[in-house]
Amino acid sequence: MTKQHANWSPYDNNGGSCVAIAGSDYCVIAADTRMSTGYNILTRDYSKISHLAEKCVMASSGFQADVKALQKVLSARHLTYQHQHNKQMSCPAMAQLLSNTLYYKRFFPYYSFNVLGGLDSEGKGCVFTYDAVGSYERVGYSSQGSGSTLIMPFLDNQLKSPSPLLLPAQDAVTPLSETEAVDLVKTVFASATERDIYTGDKVEIVILNASGIHRDFMDLRKD
Amino acid sequence: MLDTTALESFPSLISHGINVAGEISAPPSFQLPNSNDFDGFVKETIQMVKPAKGTTTLAFIFKEGVMVAADSRASMGGYISSQSVKKIIEINPYMLGTMAGGAADCQFWHRNLGIKCRLHELANKRRISVTGASKLLANILYSYRGMGSSVGTMIAGWDETGPGLYYVDSEGGRLKGNRFSVGSGSPYAYGVLDSGYKYDMSVEEASELARRAIYHATFRDGASGGVASVYYVGPTGRKKLSGDDVGELHYHYNPVTPSTVE
Repeated sequence: MTKQHANWSPYDNNGGSCVAIAGSDYCVIAADTRMSTGYNILTRDYSKISHLAEKCVMASSGFQADVKALQKVLSARHLTYQHQHNKQMSCPAMAQLLSNTLYYKRFFPYYSFNVLGGLDSEGKGCVFTYDAVGSYERVGYSSQGSGSTLIMPFLDNQLKSPSPLLLPAQDAVTPLSETEAVDLVKTVFASATERDIYTGDKVEIVILNASGIHRDFMDLRKD
Repeated sequence: MLDTTALESFPSLISHGINVAGEISAPPSFQLPNSNDFDGFVKETIQMVKPAKGTTTLAFIFKEGVMVAADSRASMGGYISSQSVKKIIEINPYMLGTMAGGAADCQFWHRNLGIKCRLHELANKRRISVTGASKLLANILYSYRGMGSSVGTMIAGWDETGPGLYYVDSEGGRLKGNRFSVGSGSPYAYGVLDSGYKYDMSVEEASELARRAIYHATFRDGASGGVASVYYVGPTGRKKLSGDDVGELHYHYNPVTPSTVE
């Protein structure tokens, strides 16, 4: 008697791509706004970006129901932190909180591929990249989602900086200016849209710097 | 019995175990899916999630202390997800842990081990031994045995008894030894390490041996690469000795000699 396998899965993949780039005094976080299931488009206007703390923004692709649950958990924990400590959570602190939150569901994971972007306590841009179960690393730039295999090599080509593991240490901050970084993000999404069916419609770009938070949109191919 | 200390992140306002309504609250636990076929479900999710694996790490004891080295590549299936992963984790100023297997599993449980070691120091007014720390980790991993986490780690450090090195894995194994290599590149690393090893080496000789062993493993194993990091743990604590890009190390070990054009 052959074993009966489940024909229902609790997961689905809603597609999409996210990118984040850290600069010397800014951070750019971007994600497309298409939400799909299989070959169907559910909506062209869905935000994958969540503003978790004053200097901390998260973009997530994967299963958006899990993403929404994750955003809610982190928001609630941030609120508790603010009540207990009378201050906003720093980006590196939020990064570790996200890692632990993901690992607590190690045996029933959040199907969410995240990039966290923001400013550290010195005002420098920081980007943290995650896998679905919580392993994380601070990097200068990252992409996740269905278009990440198309986007990452291009970002490596343009932005690759010396590894933080090298000894003697070499400085790893992106030499790009804020406008150049935003331009790069737009280029990258336009290219990913051409070759990834799950990426397109619009790209939402969030820029975090000393003067605050700024949101921009750019239209992408809708096919 | 599962180890749940890692889950106690929500501090209870009243005494532990009794919540605001006066009821006994359930002990903290990892949420498990309501599935008839737990093993199959876990296997499928791990396939879907594809945690980063594939690596080369090594550690050995010699006259002057312990040498620990690792590569820095993380792969998800055939895709290189990162070339700059920190696989040598600093548990405390005199103890190191290496990462092989699932990146999240190693990161999380090493962080938890660091917390436990610190609590031990505070409770007992002395540092924990390498034997003790490795046993703490092994017991945690044993309790989660069979649930799909993947950890192959070495705990290396210096305590009152001198240098200590243990291998601990997610099957529940814990071995004391002088020389270990863990990961997909370990066969290649063992070849170089075993043939060059002598107990009476200086720190420089030992670090060069460790670096070369990692380099050779990254050369032949596709899942290993990036930066070869070498750490030393001695009586005064841990110190990072080198971090070299293996692509550049290749030309350091195999210099290009100009040839005459015909």
